[in-house]
Amino acid sequence: MMKVLTMLLALATPALAAVSDPAEMLRDPAQEERARAIGRELRCMVCQNQSIEDSDAELARDLRRIVREQVSAGRSDAEVLRFLHDRYGDFVLLRPPVKAATLLLWGAPVIALAGGLLLIRSSRRRRATPVPAAELTTAERARLASIEGGRDA
Amino acid sequence: MSEAATPSRRRLLLLAPLGIAAAAGAGFYAMLRGLSTGEYNPKGVPSALIGKPVPEFDLPPLEGADRPGLASTDLRSLPRPVLVNFYASWCVPCLIEHPQLMKLAREGVPVMGVAYKDKPADALGFIRKHGNPYQRIGVDAPGRAAIDWGLYGVPETYLIDKQGIIRWRYAGPITEDTVVAELRPLLQRFA
Repeated sequence: MMKVLTMLLALATPALAAVSDPAEMLRDPAQEERARAIGRELRCMVCQNQSIEDSDAELARDLRRIVREQVSAGRSDAEVLRFLHDRYGDFVLLRPPVKAATLLLWGAPVIALAGGLLLIRSSRRRRATPVPAAELTTAERARLASIEGGRDA
Repeated sequence: MSEAATPSRRRLLLLAPLGIAAAAGAGFYAMLRGLSTGEYNPKGVPSALIGKPVPEFDLPPLEGADRPGLASTDLRSLPRPVLVNFYASWCVPCLIEHPQLMKLAREGVPVMGVAYKDKPADALGFIRKHGNPYQRIGVDAPGRAAIDWGLYGVPETYLIDKQGIIRWRYAGPITEDTVVAELRPLLQRFA
């Protein structure tokens, strides 16, 4: 078990090392941790679905450096995020603010959930409604009587 | 639910997926059309700086280019709108758009250059070889001023109006179509 764990850890480490060049890191581990948390909130603009902490793109590296500079200069998390938001807009934030333009984005899960619930409700209701027995016509009733009569005989 | 309504409701439910599929199809078609006409660009994120004054920056000149450097103070009050173009010698799309910049410069549109993350010698070599459309060239070797502009990469071109407000940003190489469809009307509007 221990062996497997060590192996998994060994496999996982290179991936981590690739994005956190020791030269980039802040000396104060608490500050570095904060810088990473901020970086994970920021989109790498050129790779789109990675945070700047996960990306090896040139621009992501520049932004990581800026985040670290500002963290070590004593800026608050909100100030650092605002600095980048001012320059790169909502798109740089992996969790964009809720406003008119992003309402559909944030509302999509609710809409999907409501749609699903409606679908389930309507299908349940349909199943619950008994199918009304169709009335037999006179001719059908006569034929039924003749069949039943024939069986009895 | 009344018994009489059941069949028509059921038919409506059957039609619902068809309607959704039709709407999705129409949306997809509009997207493809937009892609082919260039109206829709999936990577085109609007710049956060549109409508804002140019950010503070002060870049040294490119030595040997015989042009002054570029600073925000050079873009505050202008006789006419100017273009600010970020370029690099290592950037192939920059080479593609270069003839358009030369043409605009010849027509008298002021074009300012920023050599982004480039060795000065290479940035100089680029304009020596292909021509210099720039009235001023600032050297941004660390790419730091570029971040204040919200730059994604090179080439990127900004239109600054006479009051020094950023009016337009184009990420990627400017083509003849871009000039005709977007830039010329804007140059006229802010003239």
